[in-house]
Order: sequence, then structure tokens, then C-alpha cells
Amino acid sequence: MMHVSADVREDTTRPRADKISVKDLDFYYGDFQALTGITVGIKERGVTAFIGPSGCGKSTFLRCFNRMNDLIPGTKVDGTILVDGEDIYAPGVDPVDLRRRVGMIFQQPNPFPMSIYDNVAFGPRLHGVTKKPELDEIVERSLERANLWKEVKEILPRGGLTLSGGQQQRLCIARVLAVEPDIMLMDEPCSAIDPTSVQKIEDLMDELKDRITIIIVTHNMQQAARVSDETAFFLQEKTGQPAEMVEFGRTAEIFTSPKDRRTEDYITGRFG
Amino acid sequence: MNKRTANRLALSVLWLCAGTTVAVLGAVIIYVFVNGIGQLSPEFIFTWPHGVNAEGGIWPTIVSTLYVTGLAMLIVTPIGVLAAVFLAEYAVQGRLVRIIRFAADSLASVPSIIMGLFGLALFVETMHIGFSMISAALALSFLMLPIVMRTTEEAIRAVPKYIRWGSYGLGASKWQTVSRIVIPAAMPRILTGLILATGRAVGETAVVIFTMGQAINLPISPLDSGRPMTVHLYMLAMEGINLPAAYGTALLLMIMILFFNLTARWLLRRNRRMQG
Repeated sequence: MMHVSADVREDTTRPRADKISVKDLDFYYGDFQALTGITVGIKERGVTAFIGPSGCGKSTFLRCFNRMNDLIPGTKVDGTILVDGEDIYAPGVDPVDLRRRVGMIFQQPNPFPMSIYDNVAFGPRLHGVTKKPELDEIVERSLERANLWKEVKEILPRGGLTLSGGQQQRLCIARVLAVEPDIMLMDEPCSAIDPTSVQKIEDLMDELKDRITIIIVTHNMQQAARVSDETAFFLQEKTGQPAEMVEFGRTAEIFTSPKDRRTEDYITGRFG
Repeated sequence: MNKRTANRLALSVLWLCAGTTVAVLGAVIIYVFVNGIGQLSPEFIFTWPHGVNAEGGIWPTIVSTLYVTGLAMLIVTPIGVLAAVFLAEYAVQGRLVRIIRFAADSLASVPSIIMGLFGLALFVETMHIGFSMISAALALSFLMLPIVMRTTEEAIRAVPKYIRWGSYGLGASKWQTVSRIVIPAAMPRILTGLILATGRAVGETAVVIFTMGQAINLPISPLDSGRPMTVHLYMLAMEGINLPAAYGTALLLMIMILFFNLTARWLLRRNRRMQG
């Protein structure tokens, strides 16, 4: 852990470039347009939070970055999303390769019904790592980065589902870290777990963000304010209408002096 | 009639109906048990019949039954499971899938004696395999196929979406997700379906009487004929030769099927516990 914090100090001096650039994004579920005209640059390293009322399309938008929406029949994307300057919706881009670089954590902790060890080793094995010593090392390193190693190092052969909810979510984070992504998408990762575990996951995000670009969808505005560097506010003004991104900026500014009245109304709890 | 009396009356009718179900099962089990238990002995199970095949043991018929059931399992498991994987995971959900599913359900409701006749015509006669374990196993596998396919399909569909997402999210391909996550997660329920189908095969009479033959024989090769327990039971009872031996055979058959059903239940329970 010590040398990681050393990296941090070095890293923060570098200016942060855009990791993901989104231009004029429209998104459709069949005939229904869910998102319209989203243009935003998400900076490398650091945490970007997506906030907004339920059903405002923030999770939909998040799933565009690893093309998880491709799994839902009838969805369509217009506009461009560049990750490291590369158009991820260009023909010839394999979503399977993309998802290796863009990891995802879900609302419901979803360990596979197998041992803790096998859960973490799953990704590396998919991508061709077969040697036991190498896997052992990846498993230990990933669990350590997910702050779970101390709790599970004696019980690695035990089923992942025997852990508590908060531990399961950290196991899922370790599982993602094991494939070394440089972006991690978190879709309301704390809404199904207890407060103490939430604290641990927020601390973890703070450690990870020095190397990984994290985007988190959250319903909890305090959480967005605590963990994020930038915040985007989404809103669907009328049912049946597509949602849009109302405002994007540094978290401190969004929460203290929002430019748009709708953002202010939401943050001060007037709706949502 | 006031409300309280009506309520009591309704309750007693419901109790009576529910009780009847249990009573029927209990009566059958007790009847067979009482009549058959005296027959059960190591000699009965492990020796050959003699005389007009009515005295002595039933060993070759037990072997025939287990042989044909095992063979049918070998045939039906890959076909049924892979068909279900295709239906649940790969096929475009639409008319074709509905037709296949309807076909499977219809296949399940074909009377087994017709399946036996069909097996006789196709395997025994047309393909000249003759009365044999393999003819009977093929015909039985037709009967088991819809059970295996539908339970496997349900099992695969019951694997939660978010577990698949976890796999896709790590960069797994569809086949990697299906083979490494979905099928293992569905395995206990798939096994349950296989075991139930096995129970069905063990107890089946009409199909095997047409396809396996009736000669008392200890089958070695799949081309050997034989006489399964159910057919033996039928002969013993209907030709009135040895009713006690018929009950003994019946009891043994019921114990085997009960064993399969209990194993299936145990697997399901254990699975539910493990998934919390």
C-alpha cells in the first residue's frame, strides 16, 4: 500500500487528459429514445459520478461504455464514444475485448457460484492464464488491492456466496481488478450493502482512482459529493421523453454553485 | 347455513381431498410393502430364475433394467442438454422456439405404448437391430428427451441475469459464459431432471416390452436382448404364476424409483442452501 500512495503524489501533478469522449450520443430501446444529445469528456484517473432521479438514463449511459447494452435486443446507439481516442462502436471493435479494458461492478453483488479463488481467477483464465503460480499471484494481488485479502486469505477455497454482502461486492471488485482494466464502471455499487461496507468501498475507490478511471452511478448525493471529482446530472423532464445531461462539472462546483436551476432543485431535494 | 358452519364444512372438504392424495399413496406403498417384503432376500435379488422363470431370483431382470436405463441416459443426456442450451441461450426467441417447445411437450404426451410400437417398427424391424438393449434404449430416450430438455431449459433460464452480466463484464464470450458459468450454475437442477427421467425409464413397461424382448438373459453387449423388471413383473402377475414374486419385484422397483426421487430432492435442497 505504501508505494501506491507514492504513485499518487506523482500522478496528481500530471494534468488529467480525457479518457472517454462522448459526442452527440443518442440511445434507443427499440422505438423509445432514452438519451439525447449527450456530449461529455470524462477525465482519466479520478472518479466521475452520474446522479439524477430514477429512470433518468444514467445506468443506460454507463452501460454504453462497455457495450453492455448490446446484450439487450433492440438497442441502438447514435453518436460517438471514444475511449483512448478509439471509437468503441466502430465496426470491427469486439465488445468482448472492450469489456476486458472496461470493467463493471453491479448493484447486486454477483459472485459466481464457485470458490473465492476461482471467482478472482475467472477473468485471467478466460484470457489464457493457466499457470498456477501466476494465477496465485494475480489472485493475491487483486484481493489485496480490493482490501479483502486479510479477510479471506485463509478461506480461498470457500464459496464466494458464503461471504457477507459487502465482502461479496469487494470480491467482485477484486475479480474486475484481476483483468487489469483501466476503466471501472460502478452501477450503484453500494445500494444493496450495509453502511460499514459502504465506507470500505468508498475508501477503496479513493485508493483505486489514482490508477483507474472510475465512473459511478449513484442515487445517494452525499456519496457522490464524498467520492467524486466530477459530477454529471441527468434528467428526464417528461415521461416518454429522452433524458439528457443537464450539467457536468467539478463536483465541488456542482454541489455548491450549480449553473442550472434544475440541478440546484435536485441537489437541494426539491424533487427526485 | 351460517358463516361459521360453511367455513368448517369447506375446511373439512379440503382436508378430505388433501388427505385422499396422501392416503392413496400410502395405501399403494403399504400394500406392496406388506406383500413384497417377505420375498426380498439376497437370493431373490442376486440369483437367476428357474423353472418356468417364476421361481428363484430376478437378477437378470434387474441388470436388464439398469443396463437399458444407463444406455438411454447416455443417449438422452447430451442431446437433451445441448438442445436446451440452444433453446434457452442461442435461438432467437420467436416462432421457431415456440414450435420446438410445443413439439417437446407433445412428445412428452405421446402414450408410451405408441412409442414402443414406433421403436419396434423403426429399430427392431426396419433397422434390423432386433430385440436388444440398444433398441429399447433408443425408444426410451424418445420418452425421456422432452423431460430432460424442458427441465434443463428451465434450469438454464433460472440462472440469474446478473451472474451472466458479471461474466460478460469480464470480457467473456457467449460460449465462455454459457459453458463456464451458466451450465455449472444450473447443474443441480439439470441433474434433478435427469434423475426424474431415469425414474421414468426404470418404471417404463410398454416401450421395453416391444423393443427389448422377453427372454431371460443377462445382457453384456448392447445388441443382447433381455427382460426388464417391469416386464417380468407383468408376466409373473398376469400369467398368475407367482404372485408373491411379482410383489417382491414390484417392491424392489418402487424402492429404486423412490431412491431416484429422493436423490433429486436432496440435490435441489442442497443447491438452494448453497445459493443462500
